Amino acid sequence: MAVEMAMEPDYMRDPRKHHFSPYMENGGTSIAIAGDDFVMIASDTRLTRGFNILSRNQEKVLRLTPHTMMASSGCWADVLTLSKVLQDRITMYSHEHNESMPTTAVAQMLSTMLYWRRFFPYYVANILAGLDEQGKGVVATGASVAQIQPLLDNQVAALNMKGATPPKMTKDLARQLIHDAFISAAERDINTGDGIIIHTITKEGKTEEMVKLRRD
Amino acid sequence: MMAGVSLTGVFTPNLWSGGPAPGQLYNFPATKTQNESRTHTMYPSTSGTSVVGLVYDGGVMVAADSLGSYGSLARFRNVKRLFRVTDKAVLACSGDIADYQFIREVIEQKVRDDEIHGYTPELNACALHCWLTRVLYNRRSRFDPLWLESVVAGYKGDTPFLGFVDKIGTAFEAKEVATGFGVHLAIPMIREAREKGNLTREAARKLLVDCLKVLYYRDCRAHFKYQLADITPEGVTIHDDLDLKQETSWEVASFVRGYD
Repeated sequence: MAVEMAMEPDYMRDPRKHHFSPYMENGGTSIAIAGDDFVMIASDTRLTRGFNILSRNQEKVLRLTPHTMMASSGCWADVLTLSKVLQDRITMYSHEHNESMPTTAVAQMLSTMLYWRRFFPYYVANILAGLDEQGKGVVATGASVAQIQPLLDNQVAALNMKGATPPKMTKDLARQLIHDAFISAAERDINTGDGIIIHTITKEGKTEEMVKLRRD
Repeated sequence: MMAGVSLTGVFTPNLWSGGPAPGQLYNFPATKTQNESRTHTMYPSTSGTSVVGLVYDGGVMVAADSLGSYGSLARFRNVKRLFRVTDKAVLACSGDIADYQFIREVIEQKVRDDEIHGYTPELNACALHCWLTRVLYNRRSRFDPLWLESVVAGYKGDTPFLGFVDKIGTAFEAKEVATGFGVHLAIPMIREAREKGNLTREAARKLLVDCLKVLYYRDCRAHFKYQLADITPEGVTIHDDLDLKQETSWEVASFVRGYD
């Protein structure tokens, strides 16, 4: 059959059909780890389309409020739109209430906003991270890469180990875990690489660190 | 005889009048339930191929050939698909030529309005890029996309800007962007050249022409006539009707076997 197709003159073959799809997978990996008095959120900086690298330095972590950040990956067009709408509604909240929106409220609003598009969804996986009203770290997860979640489950929550207790999460440990997790993800996943930007949110403020990843 | 009144004079209301047929969805009067993908652009007609752009030391450059292909037919060999928006912005598109011409008219009118009203600062590349993202995303959400992959080049204040937007609203900014085949062929060339050192204007222009040459050799929807725009803080220069045919050689073509 395949030979027969190849033997046909081109004018006998079907014309090449383009098909419109409103979605595209642009890759990206993000991680967040919460501690007692801090939260770390990180994403890689690679933006892809199929086998192409569109950009090597596209940050995927959004600064929403002074103590809340969100990492989004998936369909980049949807990420852009969702983040614009989210940012606007957070600004409107701060104008109405004269205070910045608490992380838990942002999480609730995000949930509602995503459900609103239940039948034409934003193709976006989000991780919302921030400090709650008591200053504790809060992480609301959306999704993560298959390679990372088991690693974090094991190292952060001490799952799948007999008699192990979860370690006390410190900034150093969290940073190390994030770095390790991204290195393993970049080894396996072609859509992850180039660099990581790690944000740390504490009561005192926010810091960010840029770490290089493999670029192939 | 009146509808809904039986012979015996007893009123029999129409069950489900105006409602959905059993098992079907309610047909809201204001919306079309027809599959609109039949009436909207779901594939490009006359289309343009790659656009290539890069940021160099002291400016931004974009180039695109001037071929409008109709399928594999090289139908229009002199369609310009790169234009000056303002002194701070240039737009170049690949994809459906008609959609490009439409968005071009909209943008030109927008710029004219801005000028007349006088209280808006000149549309810069960053603003145009952002606006285009919203327009294209909106159209894709209505399942009536503008079949474009566009490159916006120019300045935002004093910093050079080079951005990409496609028909579903995927947008990003980068030091080198390309559309179509250029993503596969030109981007690696530019990234490689950039790793070797800084790009002067001369080097940038030579590199861009090299990219177009490779595209002309390898992309059978590409053409030797092209336009090139050079944007510096001083303004936009567009070189029309450039030609790279003299720089190409097809001597090796006769040695290629296996396709005849």
